[in-house]
Amino acid sequence: MAKNTLSSRFRKVDIDEFDENKFVDDHDEAADQQGPDAVEIDRDMMAALHIALRNPPINSKNPAIKERAQAAVLRVLTSFKSSDIEPAVKSLDKNGVDLLMKYIYKGFERPTENSSAILLQWHEKAFAVGGLGSIVRVMTARKTV
Amino acid sequence: MSYHSFLLEPISCHAWNKDRTQIALCPNNHEVHIYKKDGNNWSKIHVLKEHNGQVTGIDWAPESNRIVTCGTDRNAYVWTLKGDVWKPTLVILRINRAARCVKWSPKENKFAVGSGSRLISVCYFEQDNDWWVCKHIKKPIRSTILCLDWHPNNILLAAGSCDFKCRIFSAYIKEVEEKPAPTAWGSKMPFGEVMFESTGTSGWVHGVCFSDSGNRVAWASHDSTVAVAEGGKTAVCASLTSETLPLLCVTFITENSLVAAGHDCYPVLFVYDSNKAAMSFGGKLDVPKQSAQKGMTARERFQNLDKKATTDSKEAVLESVHKNSISQISILNGGKAQCAKFCTTGMDGGMAIWDVKVLSIVKHVRVQMQ
Repeated sequence: MAKNTLSSRFRKVDIDEFDENKFVDDHDEAADQQGPDAVEIDRDMMAALHIALRNPPINSKNPAIKERAQAAVLRVLTSFKSSDIEPAVKSLDKNGVDLLMKYIYKGFERPTENSSAILLQWHEKAFAVGGLGSIVRVMTARKTV
Repeated sequence: MSYHSFLLEPISCHAWNKDRTQIALCPNNHEVHIYKKDGNNWSKIHVLKEHNGQVTGIDWAPESNRIVTCGTDRNAYVWTLKGDVWKPTLVILRINRAARCVKWSPKENKFAVGSGSRLISVCYFEQDNDWWVCKHIKKPIRSTILCLDWHPNNILLAAGSCDFKCRIFSAYIKEVEEKPAPTAWGSKMPFGEVMFESTGTSGWVHGVCFSDSGNRVAWASHDSTVAVAEGGKTAVCASLTSETLPLLCVTFITENSLVAAGHDCYPVLFVYDSNKAAMSFGGKLDVPKQSAQKGMTARERFQNLDKKATTDSKEAVLESVHKNSISQISILNGGKAQCAKFCTTGMDGGMAIWDVKVLSIVKHVRVQMQ
């Protein structure tokens, strides 16, 4: 057999990177988006939620910042009592509900022992306010939280 | 308001003739069927067979009575009525992907085709060669063009694309027309110039529409938003996120109000306030049938609890007129300034005609005439 059939290094080349027509998103400047400040979140739950949803690291490419933000938000969401979820969701505006949905779906990606149940409750309440549109926006957003 | 079920398959696209007695539609295959209205029924009078792929766009020029069709076979045909037969003329679009949408310009001397080749083909007739010639608008389009609409000045063209942007291009062809006067979108309009590009919304742009004056453009995108931009020194954009599934088609019915429809199977009204540069939801425009509410037996209640974890008695039946997504909306009379009737066709193979006056009385929706 010919010698060049032995090498399979070509299989590791990602040819999509070399495609000239490859779609790249518009590059927005990641302004100082450090995610919510974890220290403040221990007091009043309602305020904690609003603080946690402030400054989402949407434009940032740094995965560490996104991890930190996600962990902070998840901590706030899991420490809510079931009966407090609905008024908390009602206190958010439209963009807040969309952002909350993004964090909820991000939380679904890595389930822990307790997180899924409480996230599902949050999802139900957020869906009641945001409707299918908010879920569609989570799916179509190019800039994830 | 009337509903006629033409087929069991989806209606891919449709177009009306000038006096609205005939409708040309594609029954999700390679053909175009023309139906004529007689009384309350529709009879098929012509079948146009020439395409080798699904027909994705049809437009019927009202004054010159020509039909242009485009399809996934990368071709477009211009059909003229000779006697009692429609004769096709092939138009070479020079694209290597499917054509997705086609629109005659207001003066009917040009038409534009949007395609998956990431470009728009603007075609005009060259008298000397007796042949349709096309010019391409390529930059800065980065994905499939899904929808097109012409500005009333016959030069500007709005295009919605899968690269999440709605843009307004100049499609000025110096061989067939004179230099255009300045508009709200700018004064220098060489061919292919981008007069406006949207920012802010994400999601594929499914439907785009100019208002009657041409100073406003509206688009519906896949992230369940509708947006309106007003031309000026700096274009002012207003968008509205909705709680429904994405909308697929949008049209102005007055200078300030839009009707849009999509995957939720009913048309909705939106109102644009130019003073506040904001849009608001005007109401659902469907007229549902009143279904008899029968009581639930205990057995049904337990079955529901077992199957769906809820004791709601709502059945999973769509109450809207259309039973599947609405893919196209067209104005029947009144134009985009004072629309009196519009028509929707969808994936359920049916066509519904909506009367704006009746809807505004029945549903107490406000349609701002201005």
